[in-house]
Amino acid sequence: MISSMLPGFKTSRALHHEHAHNHVHVHEEQLAGGTDTRKSGTRDIKVARRVLDANDTMARQNRKLFVEKNVFVLNMMSSPGSGKTTILERTLSRVMPNIRSAVIVGDICTTNDADRLAVSGAPVVQINTDEFGGDCHLAAHVIEKALGGIDLNAVDLLIVENIGNLVCPAEFDIGEDSRVVVLSVTEGEDKPAKYPLMFRQCDAALLNKIDLLPYLDYDRQAAIGFIHQVHPGIPIFEISAKTEEGFEHWLEWLKGKVNGKVGLQ
Amino acid sequence: MHEMGVAMQIIEIATASIPKNMALARVERVNLKIGKLSAVVSDSLRFCFDIAVKDTPLEGAELKIDEIPVVAHCNDCGFQWTIEAAVFTCPKCTSGNIELLSGRELDIESIEIAEKEKFSE
Repeated sequence: MISSMLPGFKTSRALHHEHAHNHVHVHEEQLAGGTDTRKSGTRDIKVARRVLDANDTMARQNRKLFVEKNVFVLNMMSSPGSGKTTILERTLSRVMPNIRSAVIVGDICTTNDADRLAVSGAPVVQINTDEFGGDCHLAAHVIEKALGGIDLNAVDLLIVENIGNLVCPAEFDIGEDSRVVVLSVTEGEDKPAKYPLMFRQCDAALLNKIDLLPYLDYDRQAAIGFIHQVHPGIPIFEISAKTEEGFEHWLEWLKGKVNGKVGLQ
Repeated sequence: MHEMGVAMQIIEIATASIPKNMALARVERVNLKIGKLSAVVSDSLRFCFDIAVKDTPLEGAELKIDEIPVVAHCNDCGFQWTIEAAVFTCPKCTSGNIELLSGRELDIESIEIAEKEKFSE
């Protein structure tokens, strides 16, 4: 009986391992002991770990804290110049004080964005990435550091304005609840196809600067087509941060998300 | 763009993976898996890795990169295929309800250590 059970046990463990290899790679027993297989001249030590393990661990800690403090966290990303800061200025002026908001804003240098956003009355923490040795994205430990400057007990919505970059921020979990990507009509329609990871990772897309459409040869249907080709079904909000056209739908989505987590009064 | 940071993480994880009884061993190779959808450029990573390994147990080690294709599974019709262009809808039934089975990897699979060193078992 036992001998017939043992091979079955082995098989299920082997299957478990195959399954694990398709997903997150954490094999404690291998990390501790090391599984050696002898080859000519070298010894193989199994590692099977994600390179960004340290970031993922910190992101999980951040996420746990955000649950404890009952804060909804939005990670806003885009290329430089798509209008993130103006969108946030206008968004904050519309949702505050009903939704108590705070902002972490990342830039390589200057505090210009923080100065603009502080006018809203929301607590704003500026991160300059050169101080942290990175320059292209906000990593989870940088967010954790910035949280020291914010009283999360008095916040329902924390918005992280990430570094202007469509590549790297998509790879780094910071513990957020939702991700939003901003694309503006002064950029190429095919950006979603050029930066697929970013558009796949996000839960909503904002197509900004639509007030400029009459002056451009921009094919907005093509842009929307590219976004849906990369991320079928993702909500797209066509807005102008300047005129606040289209803001109702965007704000309704945002309020729904915040309310869904923190339960606004 | 963050390849130097990634290279340093690789070195940190690889160094921590060297068994204690092989502390003086030389790491000859690091076997890495990079999904084609990950935001890491293999050539840049190799360039950074070769610089960052100086004065670490990985000095001179080769970074072997296995590029993993983006494989998707359709949750509606069950079709499985490799995504080559940035189109994430099922080519069989056009559904967008798909799951990525691979392509996001950024994993250290194993390290290879020179056998000639003397180990205390």
